[in-house]
Amino acid sequence: MNYQWNFAAVFEHTDALLHGAVGTLRLFAICLVLGLSLGLVIGLARYARHRLLNWPATAFVEFFRNTPVLVQILWFYFALPMLVPFEISPLMAAALGISLNSAAFSAEIYRGGIQSIEPGQWEASRALGMTGLQAMRRIILPQAIRRMLPALTNRAIEIFKMSTLASAVAYVELLQQGKLIASLNFNPIETYSVIALVFFVFLFPLVRATYALERRLAKGD
Amino acid sequence: MAEPLLRTIGLRKSFGEREVLRGIDLSVAPGERIAILGASGSGKSTFLRCLNFMEIPTAGSVELGGRMLGAERKRRDGGIDRVYAEPELTRVRQRVGMVFQQFNLFPHMTALENVMEGLRTVKGVKAPAARERAMAELARVGLADHAEQYPARLSGGQKQRVAIARALAMDPELLLFDEPTSALDPELVGEVLGVIRSLAEEGRTMLLVTHELGFAYHVATRVIFIADGEIHESGTPDEVLKHPQRERTQAFLARHREFSL
Ligand SMILES: Nc1ncnc2c1ncn2[C@@H]1O[C@H](COP(=O)(O)OP(=O)(O)OP(=O)(O)O)[C@@H](O)[C@H]1O
Ligand SMILES: [Mg+2]
Repeated sequence: MNYQWNFAAVFEHTDALLHGAVGTLRLFAICLVLGLSLGLVIGLARYARHRLLNWPATAFVEFFRNTPVLVQILWFYFALPMLVPFEISPLMAAALGISLNSAAFSAEIYRGGIQSIEPGQWEASRALGMTGLQAMRRIILPQAIRRMLPALTNRAIEIFKMSTLASAVAYVELLQQGKLIASLNFNPIETYSVIALVFFVFLFPLVRATYALERRLAKGD
Repeated sequence: MAEPLLRTIGLRKSFGEREVLRGIDLSVAPGERIAILGASGSGKSTFLRCLNFMEIPTAGSVELGGRMLGAERKRRDGGIDRVYAEPELTRVRQRVGMVFQQFNLFPHMTALENVMEGLRTVKGVKAPAARERAMAELARVGLADHAEQYPARLSGGQKQRVAIARALAMDPELLLFDEPTSALDPELVGEVLGVIRSLAEEGRTMLLVTHELGFAYHVATRVIFIADGEIHESGTPDEVLKHPQRERTQAFLARHREFSL
């Protein structure tokens, strides 16, 4: 093994990499907000007793948990435009696929978190005269979110990593830019090494923060 | 006799096939303190929980302040059900406070925030006024100096006193206590009973499920004994606790005396 590593060729394309990083962060931000908030709505709907809320939410969760995100993204990009009267950009297709998948998974986290709160908390809230929504907002969710934080930050990390799937529809993000650089310079070895390293630099602090958070929450209870 | 504050008429409650309350008629005058006794599973908790509609009665009706709660709805078979709308129930629950055996404090809030919560969220009281009122209630139960503590840092007795303050802050016309001292270590029972006694001295109207017969004897104005979901015997503490007329009441009291020896 005496391969001559040559990273200089990769760093000639720092601009392209920065461009990709911005694309990754943009997609991450969109999917994080959409996925986790839609997940909350669906999680609440799954918790609801009413069949009209419960059933569609369950169907949604099962559908998006049991189909690959990559297939969803490709489907949104190639098939959805046949059904809707507007164009689907690579960003839209990727954001839809990743957000809906994250919503399905986080819905389960929310539902489990809410169910883990003792019934006595509902009772005490109702006995004070709170409506169901007030009890949920003031008493149940604040406690549930605390318990769910570790699982939700794991979701965030997954979302970050899933963003690379957007390269399948040529959305400009880190991996997509890597592919481009690698094919221009015929240096996939160095390029993908750099890409992997960039992801690590972004994600490592996030993961450390999660550990710290888990420790702190464990102490609080 | 004064107009009753609360009246139940033929109150029934079933869980599936099992009929737990089989027609309870009870009238509670303002200022009355009614101790409710009965064996485990006789329906004491279910009865209390029907009064603030934590459980919806299957049949019969409840009057609060002379007004019958709920609305009539005709059944297919010609009978009549009572249905209760959510807004009416939240109003009723503000007027009928409840204290639980397990306290059920909100663990993510300080003692003060626990007491303020109903005022802020349900009554829409502004923070400064709610804080002032909550502090006054904490002082009444002797916990003004624990206002900033989280429930996890309080003893069982202190938790229950905060829970009482939380109920009092809503200005309830009637207080329901469901075995408020049963979850407490014996040495902490006294401080909670002391608070309830002081509320009695203020002339508050209350219904109290308890196994503390001595306390019931001294504090209640009336004692009722529930068996099989019915009021089996009712009277003054002296009548029911000292001179019970019916066999099952006598047997129950005998068992409890043995137990407390
Ligand atoms: N939500 C419910 N679903 C089904 N059955 C119930 C429910 N709540 C109470 N029951 C049943 O109703 C009966 C009366 O219960 P309740 O809690 O009112 O008794 P209690 O007199 O308070 O007893 P204890 O002294 O043990 O607290 C019991 O047999 C209980 O199992
Ligand atoms: Mg009970």
